[in-house]
Amino acid sequence: MELLKRQEDWKITYTHALGETASWFYVQIRDHAKIYGKRDAKSGRVLVPPRAFSDQTLEPTTDWVEVGPGGVIEAFTIVYDKFNNLPDPPYAFGYVMLDGADTALGGFFKGVELTNGEEAAKRLAIGTRVVTRFAEKRIGDVLDFWFEPVSS
Amino acid sequence: MSGRVGIIGIGQSNFQPRRNDAAYPDLVREAVVIAMRDAGLEFDEIEAVVYSLSPDAMVGIGTAERLGVDAVGARNKRFLRINTGGATGISSVATAWTHIASGACDVVLTAGADKVGECGDSQTVLNKIWDPMYERSLPLGTINMLAMSAVRYAHKYGMTQEDMARVVVKNRRHASKNPHAHLRTETTIEEVLASRMISWPVKLFDCCPQSSGGCAMVLASERWIRQRGLEAVWITGLAHSSETYYLGDRMGRGYTADHADAHALKASFKKSYAMAGIKDPRKQVHAAELYAPFSNTEFHSIEAADLADLGASPAMIREGAFALGANAGAVVNPSGGVLCTNAIAVTAMVRVAEAALQVWGRAGERQIKGARVGIASGNGGDHQFFGTMVVEA
Repeated sequence: MELLKRQEDWKITYTHALGETASWFYVQIRDHAKIYGKRDAKSGRVLVPPRAFSDQTLEPTTDWVEVGPGGVIEAFTIVYDKFNNLPDPPYAFGYVMLDGADTALGGFFKGVELTNGEEAAKRLAIGTRVVTRFAEKRIGDVLDFWFEPVSS
Repeated sequence: MSGRVGIIGIGQSNFQPRRNDAAYPDLVREAVVIAMRDAGLEFDEIEAVVYSLSPDAMVGIGTAERLGVDAVGARNKRFLRINTGGATGISSVATAWTHIASGACDVVLTAGADKVGECGDSQTVLNKIWDPMYERSLPLGTINMLAMSAVRYAHKYGMTQEDMARVVVKNRRHASKNPHAHLRTETTIEEVLASRMISWPVKLFDCCPQSSGGCAMVLASERWIRQRGLEAVWITGLAHSSETYYLGDRMGRGYTADHADAHALKASFKKSYAMAGIKDPRKQVHAAELYAPFSNTEFHSIEAADLADLGASPAMIREGAFALGANAGAVVNPSGGVLCTNAIAVTAMVRVAEAALQVWGRAGERQIKGARVGIASGNGGDHQFFGTMVVEA
């Protein structure tokens, strides 16, 4: 028998409040091109991105600590396939532990030729030193900055 | 708790990429009918229904349990939807178990279905599981998240892409013997390595498919089962354990869990084994249905289930371990696993169902000879929510 289908698109708009902690973090990025974490006084760990409380001690975090701009790659992937509503491939992104931080921050990697996966994966290997670069025009978002391997 | 909880009925679809002949509730109904027939019960005998449904956007129906309620015969009954992402199915079985173990009910049905193939944007849906404050702008999705786990695992333990391919070859061979599996064509290491790169180092053949189909199980108290003289297999151990949210906290300094591994899954297995009285899983477990949607994640799951030391499983698979027909130790994913069938809302229920069929001796061509002890697991969220179970004949 003839089986019918129906196509649908969900377009739903949200206006998310970022809250005090993320707002302060993004204002520093937008206005000063600086990245801050927040210290959990009980464990001494500096959480980046900053959280209002620590997931380990469940205590409120206290002081803001500037971190980076240098850091070390902790994880990466290089995406070669197109996913709807995600960027056009190829692109590389992952997590970097910025100097002075205890947790890793997500961001794009740039300044690496991605055509050859094998070669690119070597350039982005875990432990590679990177530096944070900031866009000239910043809006207060994680896309305002990215990481580039430091040439040795 | 008085007595054990048994599994008395199992129903599964033959999973496929699409089911244009069946709307969403029809697929739920399909599995329920098979499970009810398997248990030999009438709907009046079911006291409660636990409904297995992961994120709504995957089936494209908001709170789709409203629609599913008819398909599971829940009119005038307790009805509860469970959602722990990919772990939903095993969390649903655990919730059905809790209804019985608490003494609230004697007979409980758990069921669900998914039509992942109808969602053209599943990685868009899965990108939305990340928070709008910090990580939504990044192209995170389940593939990219677990590709980063592969990168860390390879860095720590030396896993190669060929090691990953061996998992695919093994599971596809298993799936070729399972009429319920979605990807049933055998493959080779060369073919896996030649498949297109998706997210380094994960290639197309290292990924699970998007499957459509349903699964249902009927659970009952030991007393009720004995009174009616029914056949059953028994849930002798179960647990859940959770990981915190931020991926970046599973690396760096002073972390409590490494994104390479599956710490909370390990903690959950430890609790399940303790409850079941299993002291040496490497000797005692025969069938392991471990939730691993990407080839690399089977390694850390095997290790979390304590079937291998940390980082040791790639070498063991290289030597033929964990495959149907292996000389010793557990067979991992005799059904072909998540790598060959992933209807997200019920995938982790299928893990329990397949482990149960093995210890029941009802697994057909994929049967492990003499299997008496089976384990199952489910992983959900951003590698966060883990459920584990031990089933015994």
